Amino acid sequence: MTHSSDFNAEKASNLKVIGTRPARPDGVDKVTGRARFGADMNLPGQLVGRILRSPHPHAIIKSIDTSAAEALDGVKAVVTRDDFAENPDNHAVLCNVMAREKALYEGHTVAAVAASTATIARKALKLINVDYEPLPHVTDVDAAMQPDAPVLHDTIFTSGVDPVPTIPSNIVARCEFGHGDVEAGFAKADIIVERELKTAATHQGYIEPHACVASVSTDGMSELWCCTQGHFDDRKICAALLGIDVSRLRVTASEIGGGFGGKTTVFIEPVALALSRKAGRPVKIVMSREEVFKASGPTASTSMRVKIGVTNDGRMTACDGEFRLQGGAFEGSPFDSAAMTAFACYDLENVKSVAFDVVVNRPKGAAYRAPGAPMSVYGVESVVDEVALKIGMDPIEFRLKNAVRDGSQSSYGPKFGPNGLVETLEAAKAHPQYKTPLGPNQGRGIASGFWFNYGGETCSNLNINADGTVTLAVGTPDIGGSRASMCMMAAEELGIPYDSVRATVVDTGALGFNEGSYGSRVTYASGLAIINAAQQAITEMCKRASMMWDIPADAVTWEDGYAKPSGANAGEFEPMSLAEIAAIAANTGGPIAGHREHNADSAGISFGTHIVDTEVDPETGRVDVLRYTVIQDAGKAIHPDYVEGQFQGGAVQGIGWALNEEYIYGDDGKLQNAGFLDYRVPVASDLPMIDTVIVEVPNPGHPYGVRGVGETGIVPPLAAVANSVSAAAGVRLSELPMSPPRVLKAMDDAKQAAE
Amino acid sequence: MSGTHVSTTINGDAVEYVCDVEETLLDVLRNRLGLTGAKEGCSTGDCGACSVTVDGRLTCSCLMLAVEAEGHEIGTIEGVANGSELHPIQQKILDHAALQCGVCTPGVVVAVKALLEKNPDPTETEVRYWLAGNLCRCTGYDKIIRAVMDAASEMRGS
Amino acid sequence: MRYEAPDTIDAAIAILAAEDGIARVLAGGTDLLVQIRSDMIEPDLVVDIKNINSMRSITPENGGYRIGGAVSCAEMGEHADLCAQWPGVVEAAELIGSTQVQGRATMTGNLCNCGPAADSVPAMVAAEAIATIVGPNGRRDIPVEDMPVAPGKSSLTKGEIVESVFLPARPERSGDAYLRFIPRTEMDIAVVGVGISLTLDGHGTCTHARVGLGAVAATVLLVDDAAKALIGTRVDDAALDKLAAATSAACKPINDKRGTIEFRTKVAGVLAQRVAKIALDRAGK
Repeated sequence: MTHSSDFNAEKASNLKVIGTRPARPDGVDKVTGRARFGADMNLPGQLVGRILRSPHPHAIIKSIDTSAAEALDGVKAVVTRDDFAENPDNHAVLCNVMAREKALYEGHTVAAVAASTATIARKALKLINVDYEPLPHVTDVDAAMQPDAPVLHDTIFTSGVDPVPTIPSNIVARCEFGHGDVEAGFAKADIIVERELKTAATHQGYIEPHACVASVSTDGMSELWCCTQGHFDDRKICAALLGIDVSRLRVTASEIGGGFGGKTTVFIEPVALALSRKAGRPVKIVMSREEVFKASGPTASTSMRVKIGVTNDGRMTACDGEFRLQGGAFEGSPFDSAAMTAFACYDLENVKSVAFDVVVNRPKGAAYRAPGAPMSVYGVESVVDEVALKIGMDPIEFRLKNAVRDGSQSSYGPKFGPNGLVETLEAAKAHPQYKTPLGPNQGRGIASGFWFNYGGETCSNLNINADGTVTLAVGTPDIGGSRASMCMMAAEELGIPYDSVRATVVDTGALGFNEGSYGSRVTYASGLAIINAAQQAITEMCKRASMMWDIPADAVTWEDGYAKPSGANAGEFEPMSLAEIAAIAANTGGPIAGHREHNADSAGISFGTHIVDTEVDPETGRVDVLRYTVIQDAGKAIHPDYVEGQFQGGAVQGIGWALNEEYIYGDDGKLQNAGFLDYRVPVASDLPMIDTVIVEVPNPGHPYGVRGVGETGIVPPLAAVANSVSAAAGVRLSELPMSPPRVLKAMDDAKQAAE
Repeated sequence: MSGTHVSTTINGDAVEYVCDVEETLLDVLRNRLGLTGAKEGCSTGDCGACSVTVDGRLTCSCLMLAVEAEGHEIGTIEGVANGSELHPIQQKILDHAALQCGVCTPGVVVAVKALLEKNPDPTETEVRYWLAGNLCRCTGYDKIIRAVMDAASEMRGS
Repeated sequence: MRYEAPDTIDAAIAILAAEDGIARVLAGGTDLLVQIRSDMIEPDLVVDIKNINSMRSITPENGGYRIGGAVSCAEMGEHADLCAQWPGVVEAAELIGSTQVQGRATMTGNLCNCGPAADSVPAMVAAEAIATIVGPNGRRDIPVEDMPVAPGKSSLTKGEIVESVFLPARPERSGDAYLRFIPRTEMDIAVVGVGISLTLDGHGTCTHARVGLGAVAATVLLVDDAAKALIGTRVDDAALDKLAAATSAACKPINDKRGTIEFRTKVAGVLAQRVAKIALDRAGK
């Protein structure tokens, strides 16, 4: 059986189920409150786990005395760093999960208790005596890069520079991408704009706090229920940190209340397992919202310099950028993808993109939707907007003139294949919003953006049931309607109604390894596995029919849900439906199934272009978003409602990032806004409808042409909103968020400068 | 600590429970009564995922002590559908794909039901302001608002 | 923590007065529960006043309205006559929190919490509202501006409860309004809040005005200089400029996560002008 992932134009133009908008199979449970999310799981005899967190942003942990807590009635276990063995392969995750020599940020886990009630657990935390030696701290990325900054780790010697430094610093690594000669390119430019810009750290802001229940039995068999984007990944890391065989740890993903990248790693899960192992009873840990802000994985804050040269007729001659990202207290900020995506929209002769990974005393960052790209693209698209204005060229025309196309050399290395950037720009130009006149104090912003999209390790099963229905076993948690897409693809291939197919996200015991639901990979990679599994089942069903008809298997074809003789020569037989074949499967060889394991490697890149109109209150600096349109290449939209939903959700997260969301640290190194009151995500009344245009330029690496859609949508909005606000305010804004005090000050300063 | 006995009505049924004074209504619904449809997203009244009604009035169950429920009528997401028949707003949320992860959905459903009982013909702006306390991080609200407008229209019979 | 829900105010006072530990009155609970849950306070006693019938109503009195201490902000918004008479006060009360919070939060609780950024307080100050306090030593009335003494600290003494807030009769040709500045459209704490009540004579000249100012000092302020900028004028552009200057001059804000000194000071003046225009419009109707 071959597993072709090539685009099949004939098939893609004759789809029956793909492109329709059926209700999702898990929908009723989710509108009735029946769906079980992370905190909704309970086990008999379960204890309440609570975590003690460092009040200091940076401190040596000299000693931890847990004796008084352990002596408290109702306390069943206390764990500290002593309960986790050193693990060189997973050092950063281990140290983040439970502080070792030092607490590296306010909120860093220092100890945890399991007790019979929440009240006792809270009391027990107060009885743990930690002797800290506070150290100087640093939370700002630029300050952390200074030679006199407090150094977090004496083991970090900047990689990617030659020679390797001999003294430790907070700069983990430097990377560089590009080609050509930027100095020569700038020499050819008529106009050069160079800017320094900044973005604040933001949080994914999922509404469901992290939650898990762990149960380790005396024979070492362990179970973990948690809300996660990747339960196989959780199993791998938890097994490693706890020293458990992978085969002895079964992880079940609950329904997940939002992740956006933030639930692709572990925080409380290894702690709950350690507590359960010590207590001999199940332990449940649920983070509070404050803990989510202080001790899960927000994204990087950045500072950057972007320089672009253009000719008067609008051709970019050189692009040069430097991007500095702090990823919290450990290595791993998305500095490399920031550098790679920054100039990806442009077909450039001379481009250089340098980035630094920097550690500071903040929680260890996790992925957040297109990690790194929104920030660097904000910088680049802001400067692109400025150069287009300077030469008096329409910003869409400017982008069209410089846009990458099929065969363009990308700014980070490979040659691009067919892609939809130009199509999104053309659609933007033709969109009614782009032609609507603006009023006073209003501005329009345009920005484009890019994301790689990912494939990865995937394993899915498809089972033909005796009644003619089909069940799918998928290993990627459903974070936004993917069960529906899986069922649609299976129904499409098998030629049966959508309602005959049901998908389950199964536990780690039921499938081979699956990477998590990230990288915009689920519809593509799990979906492709389902398509392939269906094709395998079809082959088997044709074989079963051929047995009944006593003709060769290759003389049977599959059409619209029926096995049929492939031609007149094959014989005259009544076509057999899937249900008929399934009903007699016991007599023809037993159950019929298809499965597919692959490392999907043909994910299609994706581009988007956003248009946003804003109005700025000239007296207060307050920004209203008046109108917003997302235009993005989806390759092929499986379930257009959920594709639009991804576009809209990404755009609105980007609007929040642009206008009001930020991690605010005091001079004391403590987070000042660890709650939804002052970490201001957009609310319903802040927003207009978010219009969408789905562009479909097929991915050559997928039979229907599917590209990932989840992440690209958050890449353009930071810049699009910044360009719009800058136009409305009459002054270029170069720091996010564009909160009212910042906008008002920029306007007032500009006014004063003009006087 | 001796618990406090509370007699209340939940989704039309007489319910009694014993709780600690410190426990919120949300704690009791979720941990003692097994009604886990209401979610704890913030415990500060900022996200609305724990929305219930108290004597018909929309409330964050995280901002109410469980002992305060004595003698009152509580409505939760579990009581919104009429048996196996979905409430129009539940159906419209499905029809419009107005959910992605679904964790805010129970709170949104309870809030919208309360809105439409009070104001059967809301404007889009009224819906948006009514729902300002129901955070949704996935959808950007667009499809939720459309679902509400559609449900309101259907319930008015137009 | 003990919980009591007496059904008379006398019983409530007796319970509060007898408590030696930390006692808190529970009305809507939308602030109190957050404080308890975040370990900001650990009360030994909570006295729920919602079962006290006399505190649950909005009653006409001498041409004005007496609003019971346990009346929710949503109930205020549903009272058509109250809304017609003191639209600014009701709008301010209805800005507190979400719809969910509105259903439980009380204006009296907003007053008693003494937050510098409390939305309803500048509007009440402008309206010359009177808080009626009952305690072990009887009943007393104070102007609402005398309630807060510091952030989170009121002038109430042990055992005292604010039974009601009285909004006086509104003279003819007068109007009130409240606006706050927040970065979003809802759900934020005021960065600046301004309440203004003014009265015009038959020729459109302002004869009386009060300006309440929130979130720019340790307590909500009554700004006499701002009122003086309006009195004797037709609330024209020149008066509005003076109003803005006087309002900004009264600000003693801090830099914090919600705004800068510079921003708050400037926006206070901007808001004052906008609020005055709304109040003027209402007075003229």
